[in-house]
Amino acid sequence: MKLDAKIPSGPLAEKWDNHKFESKLINPANKRKFSAIVVGSGLAGGAATATMAELGYNVSCFCYQDSPRRAHSISAQGGINAAKNYQNDGDSIFRLFYDTIKGGDFRSREANTYRLAEVSNNIIDQCVAQGVPFAREYGGLLDNRSFGGAQVSRTFYARGQTGQQLLLGAYSALNRQIGLGNVKMYNRMEMLDLVVVEGRARGIVVRDMVTGKISSHAADAVILATGGYGNVFYLSTNAKGCNVTAAYRAYKKGAAFANPCYTQIHPTCIPVSGDYQSKLTLMSESLRNDGRIWAPKKVGDNRPARQIPENERDYYLERKYPSFGNLAPRDISSRSAKEACDEGRGVGETKVGVYLDFTDAINRLGQHVITERYGNLFDMYERITGEDPYSVPMRIYPASHYTMGGTWVDYNLESTIPGLFVLGEANFSDHGANRLGASALMQGLADGYFVIPYTIGNFFGRSGKSSVKNDHAEFKKTETEVAERTKKILNVGGKRTPDSFHRELGKVMWENCGMSRNKTGLEEALKIIPAIREEFWQNLKVLGGDQELNQSLENAGRVADFIEFAEIMCYDALMREESCGAHFREEYQTDEGEAKRNDKDFAYVAAWEFTGVGNKPNLHKEPLVFENVEMATRSYK
Amino acid sequence: MNLTLYVWRQKNANDKGKMEKYEAKDISTHMSFLEMLDVVNEDLTQQDIEPIAFDHDCREGICGMCSLVINGTPHGPEKATTVCQLHMRHFKDGDKIYIEPWRARAFPIVKDLIVDRSSFDKIMQAGGFISVNTGGTPDANALPISKKDSDTAMDGAACIGCGACVAACPNASAMLFVSAKITQFANLPQGKIEAKERVQAMVAQMDSEGFGNCSNHLECEAVCPKEIKINFIGQLNREYIKSVGSK
Repeated sequence: MKLDAKIPSGPLAEKWDNHKFESKLINPANKRKFSAIVVGSGLAGGAATATMAELGYNVSCFCYQDSPRRAHSISAQGGINAAKNYQNDGDSIFRLFYDTIKGGDFRSREANTYRLAEVSNNIIDQCVAQGVPFAREYGGLLDNRSFGGAQVSRTFYARGQTGQQLLLGAYSALNRQIGLGNVKMYNRMEMLDLVVVEGRARGIVVRDMVTGKISSHAADAVILATGGYGNVFYLSTNAKGCNVTAAYRAYKKGAAFANPCYTQIHPTCIPVSGDYQSKLTLMSESLRNDGRIWAPKKVGDNRPARQIPENERDYYLERKYPSFGNLAPRDISSRSAKEACDEGRGVGETKVGVYLDFTDAINRLGQHVITERYGNLFDMYERITGEDPYSVPMRIYPASHYTMGGTWVDYNLESTIPGLFVLGEANFSDHGANRLGASALMQGLADGYFVIPYTIGNFFGRSGKSSVKNDHAEFKKTETEVAERTKKILNVGGKRTPDSFHRELGKVMWENCGMSRNKTGLEEALKIIPAIREEFWQNLKVLGGDQELNQSLENAGRVADFIEFAEIMCYDALMREESCGAHFREEYQTDEGEAKRNDKDFAYVAAWEFTGVGNKPNLHKEPLVFENVEMATRSYK
Repeated sequence: MNLTLYVWRQKNANDKGKMEKYEAKDISTHMSFLEMLDVVNEDLTQQDIEPIAFDHDCREGICGMCSLVINGTPHGPEKATTVCQLHMRHFKDGDKIYIEPWRARAFPIVKDLIVDRSSFDKIMQAGGFISVNTGGTPDANALPISKKDSDTAMDGAACIGCGACVAACPNASAMLFVSAKITQFANLPQGKIEAKERVQAMVAQMDSEGFGNCSNHLECEAVCPKEIKINFIGQLNREYIKSVGSK
């Protein structure tokens, strides 16, 4: 396997223009002769499907939900960045690029990240034209706010539901193309394998989740926009259905998987309340602007928060990071919360949580100000926990939120399998080792609206049509394999449900490959995971049949893939003997306990190649070259 | 706490279906309603009874996938709350809870508590969009929009497409759903150009999908988890009348 990032030549600011000019074009009359399959209907997949159909390509789109409007992009709250500089506060494409590269702790590819910043402005124009109701000022112009520690106000938002509005924008563009007959939409269909013939992606095999029917779909290119793998931890802020299956099956067919250990843990989520917990809910990070985070000083202090006197409280972020205090970056505040709980100073019934206390802010500003700023969040907290955060401090704990790692792609967003493209959170390209707030929506839409429509034309122009149809022997063989795997899941006849295995895996990953990792823990995980896998195939219990709607069956297939995938994550985390961004290896920290990056030995993308289930995958390195920015150390003291 | 559940079980679209009684034991008040069902399902599996099929995904009240009628009310007893955000502390030990799917001709049952809402997608495909292609759009600030109009558009755009409005309406009307989208676009200059075609196409599709009309029961507004207001239906009617008059 050879990794060629295909970064265009020329100065950074001209690369994308040069590349577009040098790309092959498809004559408008010929576009309808080319077909593409898109898996996933979120920001990246929905936008890509709509845009390619507008251009005249013949596009099919598949999603596992009952409608493309349900994709998990819909849950994003905060906003979307763009370098519009509407606030006249010194923003520019280069500044957005620089912030993204630095935020990613210098582990992303310069050319991709620059392009992302470059097209960010087009996204806002596009969304407004679609009727996305972004927040506005009284004068009628668009409002912005600052987000995620940025020093400029470049974040566009639609109340607390920006992801929903952007997704519904993409969904409307997609609907228009479906209505015009340019897109064939397949709802409640799950991709279960990729078909590769003579080294090129030729199509996919899917299961109809209502009838159980397995079918083959061929196309000239396959595009995965299937999101991240945060549910490997079982508990995360992801939707229940989010899974790694499409990406993992592509990996098994030869697509390298890059930087799987880069997983972002968000510091302000509502803590787990019991073993039955099915997901975790994010509370906007903005709460940290006025709330003070603390844990009791004493181990095992069971008194209610109000009875713990001031001098027995440890405002640990203020203590450790006096200049940033409660606003320390995501990775740092997440790790500190974990440390407090690991020391036995956690709060709440489960002792896995810390306080986020608004008492001082309420005393200083008055309750009405706090209500004005955070009223909806306080209501949400009360709805979920049954506690009134005005009178008792909130309890928070970090949760898995976003995955920066993903399928390796080149500058064209093409994977190591020709004809297989990967967009949005599912690829690895733009965020390095850590993603900044309000950048996920930007990347999904950039890939879908403004990158793939160009690079796919270039691919079709250079590679031509695929001659393989869906009755090819390889499709039939894959269908048989998929059907057999389904039967195998149903026939184990053991005692444990898919969820019980998923919880067990999640716990191991959270403990050993979560917020902080070390060699011993990772090696231990690499021993436990194969044992879970083995038990899974001997003791799984799934009722019902394969020719019907069967949610346990769907779930079991996804859990099986998560179990295998978890091993690559651990191999990656073990190999990366440095701390960078969201990846914190305990052995590699400064005397003050800060992340210690090792640019000399690890300034590369780690792309893993499948070598068989249970085997260590092969590592391929794509060196990261920084020609336009200087690699600096992050400091928040 | 312990609860008795009466749950609609229906093997597939052709099956007649019936209510089944299950016991939910040791339910924590901290659980969400769907987590309670997860626990019941794990339990049923251990008893070799097929788990109850129900739609759900984000579990944070925004994707619109969850769709249960609880004791006769879509999304259950709490105001402005989807089922996934409803917590068990609103029930008490010994309660009997009846759980059914959305019921409407335009939402045929797929299995158990899962219904087919593709009729909603078809309405959107008929006209729930502004006809712009990607690229070549003017600068986002080229056209100022008053905050008031923009906020009203956002109130309509907040709809999550769950279908509770249809399930609550004695006429199984989709007018609240359609009016939310119509209101969003009617309040934005970008949406005005196709206003006439849009409202006609969406209403025609709504009718052909088998949804009923609005006769002002206001049940839709009462159950809407996003508090979409009934006066949007007034706007829909105005837009429709305008479109007919301008022919």
